[in-house]
Amino acid sequence: MGANGGAAAKPQPPRKSATGAKVITVTSGKGGVGKTTTTANIGVALARLDQRVVLIDADLGLRNLDIIMGLENRIVYDLVDVVEGRCKLRQAMIKHKQLPELYLIPAAQTRDKTAVSPADMIKMADQMRPEFDFILIDCPAGIERGFRNAVAPADEVLIVTNPEVSAVRDADRIIGLLEAEGKKTPHLILNRVKTEMIRKGEMLSPEDVTDILAIKLIGIVPEDENVVSSSNSGMPLAFLDGSRAGTAYRNIARRLMGENVPFMQLDDNSGFLKRIQRLFGGQTG
Amino acid sequence: MPDSTVAIKGVNDGLLITLDPVEEWGLVTAELATHIDEKGAFFNGAEVTLEVGTRPVRKDELTSVKALLERRGMTLFAVSSDSDTTLESAIALDLRVRANSSPPSGAAYEPDALLSFNSEEDGLAGVMIRRTMRSGRSVRSQGHVVIYGDVNAGAEILAAGDVIVWGKLRGNVYAGADGDETAVVCALDMQPTQLRIAGYIAISPPEKRRKPKPEVALIRNDRIVVEDWDG
Ligand SMILES: Nc1ncnc2c1ncn2[C@@H]1O[C@H](COP(=O)(O)OP(=O)(O)O)[C@@H](O)[C@H]1O
Ligand SMILES: [Mg+2]
Repeated sequence: MGANGGAAAKPQPPRKSATGAKVITVTSGKGGVGKTTTTANIGVALARLDQRVVLIDADLGLRNLDIIMGLENRIVYDLVDVVEGRCKLRQAMIKHKQLPELYLIPAAQTRDKTAVSPADMIKMADQMRPEFDFILIDCPAGIERGFRNAVAPADEVLIVTNPEVSAVRDADRIIGLLEAEGKKTPHLILNRVKTEMIRKGEMLSPEDVTDILAIKLIGIVPEDENVVSSSNSGMPLAFLDGSRAGTAYRNIARRLMGENVPFMQLDDNSGFLKRIQRLFGGQTG
Repeated sequence: MPDSTVAIKGVNDGLLITLDPVEEWGLVTAELATHIDEKGAFFNGAEVTLEVGTRPVRKDELTSVKALLERRGMTLFAVSSDSDTTLESAIALDLRVRANSSPPSGAAYEPDALLSFNSEEDGLAGVMIRRTMRSGRSVRSQGHVVIYGDVNAGAEILAAGDVIVWGKLRGNVYAGADGDETAVVCALDMQPTQLRIAGYIAISPPEKRRKPKPEVALIRNDRIVVEDWDG
């Protein structure tokens, strides 16, 4: 894959990828754990690694991926317009301001949630596969229609959870539903980890969480107040180098591309770090 | 089911209603209503397990059967099916589900059919599940339940007989659900949210870091006790 450092937009014919895009759905069961933040940041990180990326906001009625991506004011058409044939797929794809290989298909804001079916999502993803490397789908909370829409086309599912009992319980429920559907075992992103609290035994550790869920971790994202400010300014953290959460997201992106990225040092407590490395390295089930 | 599309049969903890898997849905549900109405208030208060075989039942369809039963004073409790669509609908309505793959429908409650090997020992038929049961999943059996895997918090097992968990038990478990006080619950690591045997209920003491060991729960002197399992 040729390096393409500059971010200058230049018109170019769509490249054909040999294998087609990998469709990745980001889900959690519980709301507010960081699905949208994760989708935005992994999308940006992948695009910065020269991947051709489409983000789909499947959270009908509660769209906000566009806001976090800073693209709200460019929306003309949305997902439901595509499904109902009011526009072509291309017309609903909003190109990012700085990253010319990053697109967003926004959710509809006020329409009926049953306007989109799992079959529609599969069709849409298949239409885009040849021209992209990654299609990331931001899933709504819950286990109803919106969830089924979002996971229907997925080749891979990422479960986002927080180190809290209720969030982990919902993640477990989601994993059970995915198993029942015969989906590939999902990977886990543990978000909003506070090392201080874990050390004091006040928060579930990554080990506690993987012990319950028995699936492999693909990322641990620390609690980082920059996440909030960057989301508010429409510039996901993964744009900037230096922040801890941003680095965590970029590492996840590289792992999704097949790279073997060692785990970020969460702190200098070597016992803790060793345990985490073990969780990533070996089978955890 | 001889030339009827609906079969209603009493099972220990409620009613099992089997609906023909292929006949037109509208006809089947109409016949169901007729069947129940013919019996007057006979089924009032019953908990119903609905068995629909391979038929894919959409959520709205299931919702209307649920309403049909509720109007007649019955509750739809569980759905048993081979169809993923049906199971998803049931899950979406927060009903218990039972995937039907092992015993073919119709023979589901014929233990003899399952025990027809040339066995020296008598025994009760049961359900064997070879995977971890995650939150929100449930199993119900007229016989025993064996889980080769964990039972996570939020999962639920209900058995007329015994429950054996070859793994960690964290969820809710109910053995001897028809009142059998000799039923037992065994697990390699016993930490259920709630454990019931026949008419007794126990909860696990708050978790302290402890070494998992195989244990068995049973009723002794009118209460549930948990003992080391040492063969
Ligand atoms: N690692 C983090 N550190 C601090 N705040 C975070 C982090 N991840 C998410 N948040 C905040 O949590 C809130 C919910 O995140 P969001 O991505 O919208 O969740 P979801 O899409 O799952 O509902 C947002 O205010 C977001 O900024
Ligand atoms: Mg969201």
